[in-house]
Amino acid sequence: MEIPLDQILIQTINGIVTGMILALVASGLTLIFGIMDVVNFAHGELFMLGAYVGVLTLAATGDFWIALVVATLAIALLGALIYLTTLRPLIGRDPLTTILATFGVSLVLQNVALWQFGPVARKIEEPITGHFSLFYLDYPWYRLAIAGLAAAIIGALWLFLKFGTYGIWIRATTQDRVMAQAMGIPVPWVLTAVFAIGSGMAAASGVLFGPLVGVNSQMGTSWVLRAFIVVVVGGMGSLSGSIAAAIFISLLEAYASLWVSPAQAVIVSFVVLILTLLFRPTGLFVPTAR
Amino acid sequence: MNERRLLVYWAGFTVILALLIVAPLALPEFWQRFLTEILIWGLLAMSSDILIGYTGMVSFGHSAFFGLGMYGAAAALVTTRPPNLWLALAYGLILAAAVAAFVAYFSTRLRDIYFAITTLIFSQIFYVIIFTSTAWTGGENGINFRRPAFAIPFLFSIRFTPAVMHWFVLGVVTLSYLLLRRITQSPFGMVLQSIRENEARTRAIGYAVERYKIVAVMLSGLFAGLAGVLYAIQNQFAAPDFVFFLVSGETVIYNVIGGIGTLIGPMVGAAFFLMLREAFSRFFTEYYLIPLGMIFIAMVIFMPRGLLGFARRWLNR
Repeated sequence: MEIPLDQILIQTINGIVTGMILALVASGLTLIFGIMDVVNFAHGELFMLGAYVGVLTLAATGDFWIALVVATLAIALLGALIYLTTLRPLIGRDPLTTILATFGVSLVLQNVALWQFGPVARKIEEPITGHFSLFYLDYPWYRLAIAGLAAAIIGALWLFLKFGTYGIWIRATTQDRVMAQAMGIPVPWVLTAVFAIGSGMAAASGVLFGPLVGVNSQMGTSWVLRAFIVVVVGGMGSLSGSIAAAIFISLLEAYASLWVSPAQAVIVSFVVLILTLLFRPTGLFVPTAR
Repeated sequence: MNERRLLVYWAGFTVILALLIVAPLALPEFWQRFLTEILIWGLLAMSSDILIGYTGMVSFGHSAFFGLGMYGAAAALVTTRPPNLWLALAYGLILAAAVAAFVAYFSTRLRDIYFAITTLIFSQIFYVIIFTSTAWTGGENGINFRRPAFAIPFLFSIRFTPAVMHWFVLGVVTLSYLLLRRITQSPFGMVLQSIRENEARTRAIGYAVERYKIVAVMLSGLFAGLAGVLYAIQNQFAAPDFVFFLVSGETVIYNVIGGIGTLIGPMVGAAFFLMLREAFSRFFTEYYLIPLGMIFIAMVIFMPRGLLGFARRWLNR
């Protein structure tokens, strides 16, 4: 079957746009895993709740950007609460127990959302409504804006980790928790803050992604699965690896959906994950240690 | 001392078995079916305990084995007239075993969290395949079929009333329990437990750890498939929801609540979870998972050994 060039180009842009959102979700997840060995099963639910807080704030204030900020802060606070109540008691136990605890959290949050907001999907209005023509399509500017914003947030996180005092604390804690503690870094608070930052990033991606699809209580599940794939393929705990893997996998899925239905295109990323685990279990996008 | 404990164990086993045998005569039909379902989910949880409790590998993909057992039974029951119980069992077990062999080959190369995530992803692959091949599986709607008769060729054939169904399931689950218990106490089971305690040392002694792990996953998948077949016969339908990873998550919950590494604990965990669900769904309707999830989190934090954790050594004698 011949695939015209314009379709490939459109799918490339689509792939990069979803890839940036996925990178934003996954970088929060990888931050949490890399720094505290917590596999956060509830990450998708934080994404979903972020989108809901966005819906509510948008209805109250009418401004998308306020909604984005409020949702990020609110979910960051919720993340800190979840960390303090359910994850801090598990420090020092097998990392697998964190999967169990956060799986419980995700069940609770998902059903709270269903109970509070009902099964009908809510809509977030796009803040940027313009279109430009891309071959035969009217391509919305908003999608490109999402990609740019996601890149900006990730870039800000990177700068913060690289140069900010607290960012340096976080990196020190990643490298050696005991030594960091000995140097006077308040490690318990660093861990709480990292969980809050990761949660806030999930919420921000939820609000940004909300206008593209409806907001419903199930939307987190598919994202957390894909984010898991990205985090493993990119190399657990590697920020740049996760971003590269997110774009790589989204592009592959976008191209695959030229031939098969989007539901089946997911299998492509599953296969990438399994191949990665078999041949490069440390991750595709991390330099090989010598 | 040792002998007396063993005596107490078998006495307890006999009493509980006897109670479960007479239960359908005393209970109304709804609770009969409920008890049968507990046994089936308990078998699924028990199969997963082979990995979680005895080998130290947490599988988040047991829904794949369970679901494939279910669809295997469905295939046999839909294609043959009249539906045949033994054919359904054979198809379900073969399909589950095939899938388990495939999953085991790839996933056992990984450890800990990576094993959990890989099994999760594998089960999602099967979910997507079953969900999207509408022509064979009926897609989202699943398959309905008729219940076979309980028949032994040339001897007898009776219809599955809820009570007969209960006794049949009870028989299968009891045999599976005794078999699994025997396996965990065999030299093979001891190697699995030594992998759990110290994998590197087990390898150093000279055991082919990978091969033992593969067999453990296949064994576990086979019994999960058996539970799937029983569930299909009990409810007369197969649906993709049962392949979705939430079922795997619930299986892990049963294990943690009941106490891993005891075989009987996961069964108790399933009973506890399902009874709480029944009770909560009266007050919270479909949002019963909110209080249940909170109880589960509390148990992970405060009671990591589960309800029967205190009896772990004793139950493995």
